[in-house]
Amino acid sequence: MKALNTVKFQFPSKSVNEGFARSTVAAFAAQLDPTLDEIADLKTAVSEAVTNCIVHGYPDGIGMITITASIYDRNLLRIVVADKGVGIENIQKAMEPMFTTGGPERAGLGFAVMESFTDKMKVSSKPGKGTRVTMTKRMGSRESVSSTREGEV
Amino acid sequence: MTQVMMMQEGNQLTAFLSGEIDHHWAAVMREQIDETLKATTPQKLILDFSGVTFMDSSGVGLILGRYRLMNSWKGTVVVQKAPASIKRMLAIAGIESKD
Repeated sequence: MKALNTVKFQFPSKSVNEGFARSTVAAFAAQLDPTLDEIADLKTAVSEAVTNCIVHGYPDGIGMITITASIYDRNLLRIVVADKGVGIENIQKAMEPMFTTGGPERAGLGFAVMESFTDKMKVSSKPGKGTRVTMTKRMGSRESVSSTREGEV
Repeated sequence: MTQVMMMQEGNQLTAFLSGEIDHHWAAVMREQIDETLKATTPQKLILDFSGVTFMDSSGVGLILGRYRLMNSWKGTVVVQKAPASIKRMLAIAGIESKD
């Protein structure tokens, strides 16, 4: 499947960049005319994925995080959040709700939230090589109700 | 602007949270709240989310962490006035927000 539009950006795993990352993906997705709820869900899912890279992917230092967002036919948005960090030994265990190695201030809900706030989520990881989270979400659901907006020619 | 404003009334502390709560800002808020909590050890902590515009699961961690701290002197925590979008996140964690 060929992407109709795509954007790729990279930034260091500093927590101050979390807001930049989710806002950038949201700005890119704006062309799909999403609802406010869809944008909120998207920002939350991206924020969770980026936080995982920062807290778990690069626990002892700063590394690069790469986000690729692509738009496909029928308003399908795909976001890939990738790091070259420590990787996950046991993905199944990591995805269990409330399981965390992040200490008492982490809820262990990251993957559960990503799953709940997108249509599909996939995690692939190799210990020592890094982790890649792929999320897909159908945006602009109100488009199906009316395909032309008022004022549009 | 992400920030915390605190109001002390007798044995009760209310923290009015505003702005975006992610992993970065949750750490800033945690420090501010805990400084006051440890100095005053109130019986009740009210976390008011009415001014919060974005929250990921770091906000849940912020609540759970304050619950643990308050519990260490048998204090209680109340979450109130969470906007609809944030209530969804709280529901995943089984946390109820009072109106």
